[in-house]
Amino acid sequence: MSSALTPTPPAPDSIMVRSEGVHKAFGRVEVLKGIDLEVRSGHVMCLLGPSGSGKSTFLRCINHLEQIDAGRLYVDGELVGYRQKGDKLYELKESEVARKRAEIGMVFQRFNLFPHMTALENVVEAPCKVKRKSKAAAAERGRTLLERVGLGDKIDAYPSQLSGGQQQRVAIARALAMDPKLMLFDEPTSALDPELVGDVLDVMRDLAKSGMTMVVVTHEMGFAREVGDTLVFMDGGVVVESGEPREVLTNPQHERTKAFLSKVL
Amino acid sequence: MSTTTEAPSEQASPIKAVPVRHPGRWVATAIVLLLLAMFVHMLVTNGAFQWRFMRENALSSPVLAGARTSLVLTILSMIIGISLGIVVAVMRLSPNPILSTTAWLYTWFFRAIPRVVLLVLFGNLGILYTRFEFGLPFDRQLGNLLGIDINGRLFGVDSRTLLTGFMAGLLGLALSEAAYMAEIVRGGISSIDPGQHEAAQALGMSRPLTMRRVILPQAMRVIVPPTGNETIAMLKDTSLVAFVPVTNELFFQLQAVGNRTFRPFPMLVAACLWYLAMTSVLMVGQYFLEKRYSRGTRTATSARRWLIFFGGGNR
Repeated sequence: MSSALTPTPPAPDSIMVRSEGVHKAFGRVEVLKGIDLEVRSGHVMCLLGPSGSGKSTFLRCINHLEQIDAGRLYVDGELVGYRQKGDKLYELKESEVARKRAEIGMVFQRFNLFPHMTALENVVEAPCKVKRKSKAAAAERGRTLLERVGLGDKIDAYPSQLSGGQQQRVAIARALAMDPKLMLFDEPTSALDPELVGDVLDVMRDLAKSGMTMVVVTHEMGFAREVGDTLVFMDGGVVVESGEPREVLTNPQHERTKAFLSKVL
Repeated sequence: MSTTTEAPSEQASPIKAVPVRHPGRWVATAIVLLLLAMFVHMLVTNGAFQWRFMRENALSSPVLAGARTSLVLTILSMIIGISLGIVVAVMRLSPNPILSTTAWLYTWFFRAIPRVVLLVLFGNLGILYTRFEFGLPFDRQLGNLLGIDINGRLFGVDSRTLLTGFMAGLLGLALSEAAYMAEIVRGGISSIDPGQHEAAQALGMSRPLTMRRVILPQAMRVIVPPTGNETIAMLKDTSLVAFVPVTNELFFQLQAVGNRTFRPFPMLVAACLWYLAMTSVLMVGQYFLEKRYSRGTRTATSARRWLIFFGGGNR
């Protein structure tokens, strides 16, 4: 893949995401009960697990869409949502949180494209308004990105005129337009018709090959096996098992993993 | 699958079926047209309308000045009402409980008081304040408390120069409108999928930027139609400023002509026609606004409905 997808190659062997004992509760319901994980730069981690296992919540914690209650979460060596001075934690200002979010791309299950903007307008919105890029430069790059995801002929289409798979690819292009150092995917193919899943997975596969660091919540076992560097199985708010995807999928060690895989495979 | 390939070609030709007849529709149409004809006949033949007299007086210069006042009042009070309404709506949705309660109290008060009462009240505000002064709050009270003479007043104006009838009317209408607009805007903002907010946040957009570029443009689609209603209602409610009292207003002027000449009815008809005309102009504006904010969505046009009614086009 050319440099259009990853303008800044990550430093090899550094840790992009580190999670230490992350806890999160919604009211009295504990959703995350101590998550310890590491994602290396340039690696792809796939999160797998039954619904309600906390995998989406964990993903949303990484860019501070959810605030964690305990533990530490680092992205690229920096605490998420806080600044540490001595023993004290200081909450980051909204503008600082926003600046950090701008470096992390996120793709949602329901696409969440802006329906009042065309595909190209969706892609250039944040580069123009957040990064203050010139309109021409942003549009140029936006076109390149939309061509990359196979939608060069749809730049002036509104989301309502696109299929689910096309919308999701626009959403990926929109996230990439911010030149993120990390991409988060929250069940990107779960809302798609089966025949549209392949196009989206192809784009993600190319992205992974180009060296993008990715955390992917997915039920696509084939994708996890082929593209993932690590596969993490979560259940009940804890990491049950993690390792090389082929290993975990063919030779699961835990009963819960075995039970889950026997139902979905 | 195998049978479809053998399908005879006559099944693939376009369907030419006899459409369902709707005799009821034609009967209803005939009745409505008959009633309409009777009404028009009455308009032409009844001498009490005095059309010539009405034409001569409906466009006299005091009436035109009144129409201008009504229009200016409508536009200004809607501009203030919408701006303030957006502020109140955002306050209402704020996580800060003091802000949201204040916004609630505001809408509660201004929706509860009838506009006529509000306008008379504002017309008499001069009784409450003889002068309006701007400066430090509670300066005299603090001065008395501390036993020193503080004068924190920067400048002041006599209430009669500031609070003219026009200003009182404008204030009354605008503040009351803001309460209704706040509810409309709040409804519009709440109707937007929370995923939109999250997507904008995930892209690093700040809260105000998200509001301005993502949420409000979409909320406008929900906000514009009721705002059109509000504007039309406002145009009609400007006739209430006669109670402030403001006399160079459209309805007051038309009535004055009627009373002076002892021919009130033609002038009332003139008032109807004036408001009809001005409302129609506003509706054209609303049409274009709605078109502007429906980007990315598709709706059937009313032209297509006519086509379907007369048996053409597809349903």
